Amino acid sequence: MAFAFLVPSLLLFAFFTFWPLLRSVYLSFHGSDIIGRPTLFVGTRQYEQLLSSPTFRDVLVNTALFTALTVIPSLAIGLLIAILLQQRIAGIGLFRTLMATPFAFSVATASVVFAIFFNPGVGVFNGFLYFFHLPPVGWLTDPSKALASVALASVWLQLGYNVLVLSAGLQAIPDEVYEAARLDGARAPAMTWHITLPLLTPTLFFLLVVTTIISLQSFGQIHILTRGGPAGATTTLVYSIYVNAFAFGNSNFGYASAQALVLFAIVLAVTAIQFGVLERRVFYR
Amino acid sequence: MTGIWRGVNYAVLVAITFILLFPLLYALSGSLMSAHELSSYPTPLLPAHPQLQSFADVMKAIPLAREYLNSALVAALITTGQLLTATLSAYAFAFLRMPYRNALFAVFLATMMIPWEAIIIPNYLFMADNGLINTYPALVLPFLAAGFGTFLLRQFFLGFPRDLYEAALVDGCSHLRFLWSILVPLSRPALAALGIWAFLSAWNQYFWPLLVTKTEEMQTLQIGISRLRDVEAATAPNFILAGTVLALVPTLVLIYLGQRHIVRGLTAGAVRG
Repeated sequence: MAFAFLVPSLLLFAFFTFWPLLRSVYLSFHGSDIIGRPTLFVGTRQYEQLLSSPTFRDVLVNTALFTALTVIPSLAIGLLIAILLQQRIAGIGLFRTLMATPFAFSVATASVVFAIFFNPGVGVFNGFLYFFHLPPVGWLTDPSKALASVALASVWLQLGYNVLVLSAGLQAIPDEVYEAARLDGARAPAMTWHITLPLLTPTLFFLLVVTTIISLQSFGQIHILTRGGPAGATTTLVYSIYVNAFAFGNSNFGYASAQALVLFAIVLAVTAIQFGVLERRVFYR
Repeated sequence: MTGIWRGVNYAVLVAITFILLFPLLYALSGSLMSAHELSSYPTPLLPAHPQLQSFADVMKAIPLAREYLNSALVAALITTGQLLTATLSAYAFAFLRMPYRNALFAVFLATMMIPWEAIIIPNYLFMADNGLINTYPALVLPFLAAGFGTFLLRQFFLGFPRDLYEAALVDGCSHLRFLWSILVPLSRPALAALGIWAFLSAWNQYFWPLLVTKTEEMQTLQIGISRLRDVEAATAPNFILAGTVLALVPTLVLIYLGQRHIVRGLTAGAVRG
């Protein structure tokens, strides 16, 4: 009887989550035939090719760099803003509402606007540099800058979410804790360092894991801003999966599936770390 | 706090708000300018002669109304589907006795650890094999169940007074009747959180609709907006911005008016106690 309530979800999960996962494994051991159907058994060749490919090593490096360039600034800036928003002053509610604005943007809308900002001729960023008599920058065309530029757009996009979550985390810290510290003569900076941050670690850690996973899965900003270029400088793991499976009529589903399973393994490892640490936290309490 | 510091404090808050709002303000302002005005240097902050021509132009360049409808329909179907399936499964996990309950719940949690991008290829092949490419079912079907939604609602249902549940059943209330007439009305905050969350993620999808839509008539708004750059060169960003503003209207309304609910959904796993 109880199972009947679970049947709709379980059927959908079976069809669109678990069976595809198994099929990914199957596909990763196969190559495509001449019309692009993944029917030829090739054993572990796709994985051997991955391990020996310098291109794939670059893809992993790009992915790691992009993740670090997105996660660390979006957490640090998000935390600073959330702490500022904790003040009990007139109008703070309006600031809090407005600062969530980036969260209303999709990857596509944010990327389209940032593409205009990054435009070498009429873009806002080079206009700003020009104003200060600085030389223009090839934000998306210079291979040494493109990944950081895409990350910049992603940090902005991520900030709305991060500020919302961190504000909620800060509000969950009981007032009595601060009150007790104040009675003991603690000043505001000391309270931030010794009370707020330690009590906020669960939220910070949750956000670290979530933003890491979101960054690892990023696709739209790369597809819209750079198409993985210039010279592969912004080709991350997910973009590489897209290129091998779907772009230019490649239909290399086997090779792309092997990469998809690498992505799965990385996300699983990040999630496992989260559960490991959370378990420990529960134990300590 | 002295007067000067209060002023500095507000100045900092205003500056940060301005930076975070800048892309939106730029899009709004630019969509009301002519192409000539927007590409002049220095670009004025506000349009000298606000005009709605860009909105008319973007409607002519792509079937924007149709794409709007596609996005709205797809997001509405996904939201309804997730609310239905998650309510049913969360009810079973929170109230009903069954064998292997923990193992089954672990299955639901496991779905949250499988990134969609890692299983997107077999899902695409499934749609292609069954002739579903470029159809609404392809855009909707994979997202009708949600491990996250089940988790969120179960947490909420577990806080429901057990006595009330038992009293209702003793009085001969069926499970479905209890669910529909008592539990659902009392769980509106949690359902709103899940609903807004599901709608936002569905409306904002990019990778999947890019793969499974092939014609402009079936494209969602997000794909249409991103393709505007191919339709018209970057010399006319005013009309790209007009499309962007239109695409942002529903999500901005949700973010500004439903923020309380969103926070509840976002932090279901983050903030305990």
